[in-house]
This record gives sequence, C-alpha cells and structure tokens, in this order.
Amino acid sequence: MSANIFGVALSAALLVATGVAQAGPKIEQWQTSNGARVYFVSAPDLPMLDVQLVFDAGSARDNGKFGLASFTNNMLNEGAGGLDANEIAARFENIGASYGSTVERDMAVVGLRTLTDPPLLNAALENFATVLAKPEFPQKEFERVRQQTLIGLAQAKQSPDAVTEKAFYAAIYGQHPYATEPSGDEETVKALSVDHVQAFYKQYYVAKNAVVAMVGALSRADAERVAEQITQGLAAGASASGLPAADNVGGGREQRVAFPSSQTHVLSGFPTYTRNDPDYFALYVGNHILGGNGLVSRMSEQIREKRGLAYSAYSHFVPMRAEGPFIVGFQTRTSQAVEALQVMRATLNDFVTKGPTEEELRNAKLNITGGFALRIASNKSIVQYLAVIGFYKLPLDFLDTYVSKINAVTLAQLKDAFKRRVVPANMVTVVVGSGPV
Amino acid sequence: MTLQYIIPKGVYAAICAGISACCIGGTAWGAENTVHEKTLSNGLKVIVKEDHRAPVVVSEVWYKVGASYEHDGITGLSHVLEHMMFKGTKKHPPNEFSRIISQNGGRENAFTGRDYTAYYQQLEKSRLPISFELEADRMRNLALKKEEFVKEVQVVMEERRMRTEDEPTAVTNEQFYATAYVNSPYSHPVIGWMNDLENMTVEDLQHWYETWYAPNNATLVVVGDVVPAEVFKLAEKYYGPLKKSVIPKQKPSVEIPQRGQRRIVVKAKAEVPILMMGYKAPSLKDMHEEWEPYALEVLAAVLDGGSSARFAKNLVRGTQIASSVDADYDAFTPRRELFVVSGTPAQNKTIPELEAAIRAQLEPLKTELIGDDELSRIKAQVVAAKVYEKDTVYYQAMLIGMLETMGFDWRMGEQYVDKIRAITAEQVRSVAQRYLLEDQLTVAVLEPQAMDNSPTAPRSGGMKHVR
Repeated sequence: MSANIFGVALSAALLVATGVAQAGPKIEQWQTSNGARVYFVSAPDLPMLDVQLVFDAGSARDNGKFGLASFTNNMLNEGAGGLDANEIAARFENIGASYGSTVERDMAVVGLRTLTDPPLLNAALENFATVLAKPEFPQKEFERVRQQTLIGLAQAKQSPDAVTEKAFYAAIYGQHPYATEPSGDEETVKALSVDHVQAFYKQYYVAKNAVVAMVGALSRADAERVAEQITQGLAAGASASGLPAADNVGGGREQRVAFPSSQTHVLSGFPTYTRNDPDYFALYVGNHILGGNGLVSRMSEQIREKRGLAYSAYSHFVPMRAEGPFIVGFQTRTSQAVEALQVMRATLNDFVTKGPTEEELRNAKLNITGGFALRIASNKSIVQYLAVIGFYKLPLDFLDTYVSKINAVTLAQLKDAFKRRVVPANMVTVVVGSGPV
Repeated sequence: MTLQYIIPKGVYAAICAGISACCIGGTAWGAENTVHEKTLSNGLKVIVKEDHRAPVVVSEVWYKVGASYEHDGITGLSHVLEHMMFKGTKKHPPNEFSRIISQNGGRENAFTGRDYTAYYQQLEKSRLPISFELEADRMRNLALKKEEFVKEVQVVMEERRMRTEDEPTAVTNEQFYATAYVNSPYSHPVIGWMNDLENMTVEDLQHWYETWYAPNNATLVVVGDVVPAEVFKLAEKYYGPLKKSVIPKQKPSVEIPQRGQRRIVVKAKAEVPILMMGYKAPSLKDMHEEWEPYALEVLAAVLDGGSSARFAKNLVRGTQIASSVDADYDAFTPRRELFVVSGTPAQNKTIPELEAAIRAQLEPLKTELIGDDELSRIKAQVVAAKVYEKDTVYYQAMLIGMLETMGFDWRMGEQYVDKIRAITAEQVRSVAQRYLLEDQLTVAVLEPQAMDNSPTAPRSGGMKHVR
C-alpha cells in the first residue's frame, strides 16, 4: 500500500473524527390534521418529489389469511373514485409520474415520484389521493389479481432462492406472523375474498397508522399542503397494535428440502433483534466485519475468496418491529455443500468466540463512517431513511448521530453483544438441494 | 449480495426496462450539470460531469471489450477477467483493492456486458485520488496468478449455476439468443458457456488483458461534486504515465440475413411456461434511417411503457390472456438488435393463445396510426425520466460511459428527449411495417417439466474436468 493512499485515508479519517460534514439532512416533522405523521426533507435542486406512504399493514397483519396484506396493497390502483385501472395508470403516466407499491413483513408502502411543476404535481397528487382513499376493489380485477398472484407463487416454486427463503422464515418463526412470505400461499390466496380486502383496508389504511415520508423541491408550507392533500381522504382510525415477540423457537435444528437444482442453497439463523434494540450499533458493526461488507467480510473471505466455493456468501441482521432474523447464507454446487457448510459454521464460531481484531473494528468503522455521505446522496435514499425513521419511531437525529454512534462501539461491547445474541448452537439451518448434505 | 454482476443488455435495457422508466436527454435542468472532456496523450478519454448536490463522487473506468469481442471456445473470458481484476497487481496483493476502497468508505463494483467491461467506485469526494491510483495501477499492472484464477473461475461457475442453470427463465433466455443469432457474437451469454469456463486458462486471460486493457481503449467517467480542472490534473498524474498500446480492430461479424422464422422449445424443470418472440431490428449503429431506432423505442413504449400501455391494458387486464407481457428494445447498441416481446400466459390460457394475442396487438401497428394520447404520454415520460435520472451520480456516469464505450457520443444522451419528441405516428407505423416481419422472427417457448427431485437436466460433458 503506498504512502499516498494512506495519506489521503488518514486525513479523511480525521475529518470524520471531528464530525465535519457528518450531519444528516434537515428533517422536518409534523402531523396531518387526521393524525398521519409526516417526515419531510426539502431538496430544492431538482424539480421533483418523492413520496412514500408507509402503513403498518405488512404481511405480519395477515392474521392467518396469508397474502391478504399484499393483495390489499396490489388492489389499491385497480379501481378507485370511479376510475378504472386503465384510467388510474394513464393519469400518472400521461404526466410522467410513477406509482409504485410493495409489501414486506412490517410495512405496506405506497409511493409516488412526480415532477413538481404545479399543474403536473397537482394532477399526480389528486390521482394518488384517490388511489389511497377511494379504492373500490372491483370483483373482476380482484379475480385477475388473484390469478396473477397464484402464477407468482408458482414461479417462486421453481426458484431455489425463493424456495430456500420461504422454508427458512417458516422454520425460524414457527407460529409467529413473520413465518410466511408476504405473497402468501396458494391455499389462503384461493380463499381470499373482496370482503377480506375491504376489511383489511378499513382497519389498516388509516391516517394514524401511516407515516408520510417526502423529499423534494417544496417549501415547508407547500409540503404541509401536499401532506394534507394526500391523506385527507383517509379515516383517522387507530395505529396497529404491537406484534408478539418472536422467541428463538429453533434451538439448533437442520431442515432439508429436496429440490432439483444443481446448487445447494443454505440459509442459517434465528430471530434476533428489533429496530430499537440497544445492541443495534454493536451488532451492526460486528456483522459488517463478519459478513455484511461484501468481499471484505470474513464469510466471503473464507467461502469465496480463499476457497472459491460460492459466488455469494454473507451474513446480515434484519432489524424489524418484532425480532427480525440474523441470516447467514450461501449457495454452492451440491457436491461441495458439506465443505462449505463446515466453513460457514467454523467462521461464525470463531467470530463469536474470539471476536474481531482491533484492526478489523477500525476498518469497519472507517468504511461505515467514511461512506456516510453516500447514504444520503440522493432523494431516493433519503426518502427511504425517512420512511424507516418514521415507521420505527427512531429519533429525528438518527442520521445526525449515526457516525458518532458507530465510532462509539468498542471491541468489548461488540464481543459481548455477539456472545449474548448470536449463539451458534441455536442456529436453524435450512438446506435446499438435490443431493445428500 | 451480488458483488460482480452482469448486465446482459445494452444501455437502456441495463438500467431500466426500456423507455418508460428512464431516459437521457436535454432539458433546461440538464444545462446545470456541465460536462467537460479531455483526452490524455496516451489516448485515455476523460469525461467529467459536475453535480454539486451532495459531497460525493463516482469514478468509472470503461473498457471497450465484452462478450461480443469473444468467439466460440473463449466465451465468458471478459467477465472472468473482470473478476480477476480484483486479484492484485505487482504492487497490491489480491483483494487489497477492495480493502482500501472499503477503508475509505467507498462502494465499488464492476460489470461486464456484451460491448463493455466497467469498474466503479463511489466515494466521499475527497477520496477520488484513491480510486485513481488503484484503478490506474490495475489498468496496466495486473498480476494474473494461476492459483487465484483456479479459485475464481470456480466462483464464476457458481455464479452461472445460480443465475442461469437453476433458473428456467434464464435458461430459456440464453437459448433464445443462441437461436436468434447465428454468427453475431450476441449469440452467446455474457457469463459464457459452462464448457468454455471449464476449459479456460490463465494464459487465455493474460492474452485478453494484454490485448484490451490500455488507456487508449478506455474511458474514465467522473461525476460528482468536483472541479473539472482538478480532476483532469489528477487524471494526468495517475493515468497519464500509462503506456498506450496497439488495439486490434474488432471483426465486424455482421449477422447473416435471417431466411425465415426460427422456433425452439426449451424443456426445463419449471412451474410456469414463458414465450419469447424476437424480431431482428436495427440499432443506432446499424440502421436504415437515423430516426428508425428512436421510432422502435417509441413502438416498445406504445406496447409496454407503463401500466396504461397496450399490453397491460389489453392483454393483462382486457382479455386477461397474459399474466405478464413485456416489450424490450434497445437502440443504443453497436450491432443488429432484437425487438423482443416476452410473456407468461394467464392461468388456464396456453402459449399458442398468448402468441396469437400478441400478434393481434402487433398487426394493427403496421396499418393504423398510434394515438396522439399515446405519443404525448411517451414524450411526457421521457421528459420526466430525464429529471429523475439526475437523482444519482451513478446513473449519470453510467449513461455517459455506456454511450462512449459502444461507439456513440455522450451528447447523444443529451439529445435523446428531442429525438423521441420528433418521432411521429407515421414513423412508428413505418418501423412496425418494416421490422415486425414473420421471416425475421425467432420464437422460444419454455415447456415446464415436472419438478421431481431427480438431478437437474442435461449437464455439459465437461463436468468431470472440474477441479
């Protein structure tokens, strides 16, 4: 390594340490008149606006009707306020606006990207508000969306990746609402009705269960009007209740699923921590070293770089409302799956037992803090941060204090957190493939 | 967690699915992001675009080499070389490149396409010299070690198993292109055929590296919160001393004329059938009239430029014959292209019914004019997408790099909106008449086979040679 590179690296590291240019964007926060929480960042440079409405209406709210949350979200733009699906789509696309929606286990998201030229903005917002507040769930479209959902579920059955993920969540979550895929399963999707969707919508697509995240070329006053316009048609309602805790029900099991693929796919882990966990930063930094930083992480180093066993080998924590999973994963051709699994386990055990070195910790901090500017460099990434901050009620200074909290993690804290929270003996391992492992 | 990934198609298809989701072109807002260019004496072209919205920078090095430079027996070479570019130089041991970028808070990756290989780092703006030093070093000083190659080619084979062999839609896609093209190098996949990967040697890579990796075969694109004069100075300092070399002229391998329809069935373990239909069509490097590729982009958007476009409106929602159906065309490639329509039938509908329904959507385009509402919708979408594109420095750099590397001028990106705006309904009808021809059509159908748990279907013969 040349002196030149070190020189630059060190001076930049000093900048980080003194906190220069590490403040996040200025987040403004208020509530709409019917109780939706708004998070807004003014970004005047480009004449565009990104909006995400996030409802606590993810698949964790399916309540046994697996796929209901996704189905409801998919139906919003299939007919609303007297407009059919074609007309709704045309009203966005004719002005270059784009509408999108998605459902995860915690969140149901409805999003809009539009230009802020006033006539275009108003047309986009009006259509968006109609979709949110006046969906009609027409029977004919309902049946079609059901057929499309079933085809999507069939496609998932032919992908070893999708099969593994589904089996993994089912194995580690047992009876917990996180156990099923957001897209649901065949049997329950076949049994869904318009009445179910309507009831779900009525309960969860309400202002007090919503976060409005917005980034764009608007003044605060305009942003307040926009937030009102989007949410005014929503009933005030109530926020969703808490989710049950996800106990680590597993306790060191291994589950095999036969699948006719040339590779064996492996996912291993268990439910670990929530978004508001006090160990959040220690575990995040630790995982960065273990398997969260691409080719530079230990998992990739041991499985891919040293042995050429897999294209992708990684670990991550998924912080969620209830305990989200810790996941370690890779895929390799079946004949060497045993070897790769041994390497994965040895790498994890070693990390949990001995922890990282001081140098690894220092390098992880340099990466996370030195890359902070990249995390908030686009409207798109800022609006996603706002959605997360709002949804999980993280402090408004989450981004401002991010770098100092990363830097404050000590080696002792990190080791202690991993020892307490990541017990290798409790790992539930799902192995999907065609051969003996 | 994809670290080195592949973009199998050209400029627009790679970044988004056609005209609907993004575009390039000039508007009043474009003028603020000024572009500066300079060619160093060793032939390295440097293009700098200022974007001062955030204190970040992206630096990309694009080489004029990719899968279309390969021939039978050495397919996948460009992509494996891309992987090996992280395996050290005379100065830096394997993977140190990634470690240094990581210590500097950077994100990095690389990708290989049919007509390019590119490497990038995204960094806080003060770290740009780090990227330049490392990237300049590996442009000429790569140390290709056999022991590293032996492992890395296994990684690439795993990548191929993961992305292609075990994914029936990807298998179909690969066989579709291998059928549609006879002698064009677009016939083989970017990742290469498995048998070619199994028989690749480190000497093959050494030769490939020495042939194509030189400053006069590369473009450096920098976009971000930078001062162009300073970037040029840095480029001179780090890249300036590199020696140029003699770059061979790529053989044209112009695709032979197609003489009648081609049709294949692909059998793979799957649950859901798919249909792919591809018509030979010109690109902006191989065209009858300059407006034709732009008119074909509009044609694709008429069919599939959003949820209000004809396919969604008529086939997914109207007749409900398709569960999904897409149109895909890319004007910005150096070789003859395909106008591809692909789809999945709805439940209880068959592939022949879907094919007939798609033809019934295509036929009227040859005789009837598209509506003013459709044309104005498409134009509004490209204008808006031009603004949205400016939200990230990464995409801005990518568009410049792709255009330059495939032999276009980056200014064609700035002109894109105007070119699309100039297209008329008559021109769209004209390209439909001229190019949606039965004799120029290739059809592939995925015929799902039972998902029982016997070992996966046909393996290539060379498996026994693997390590």
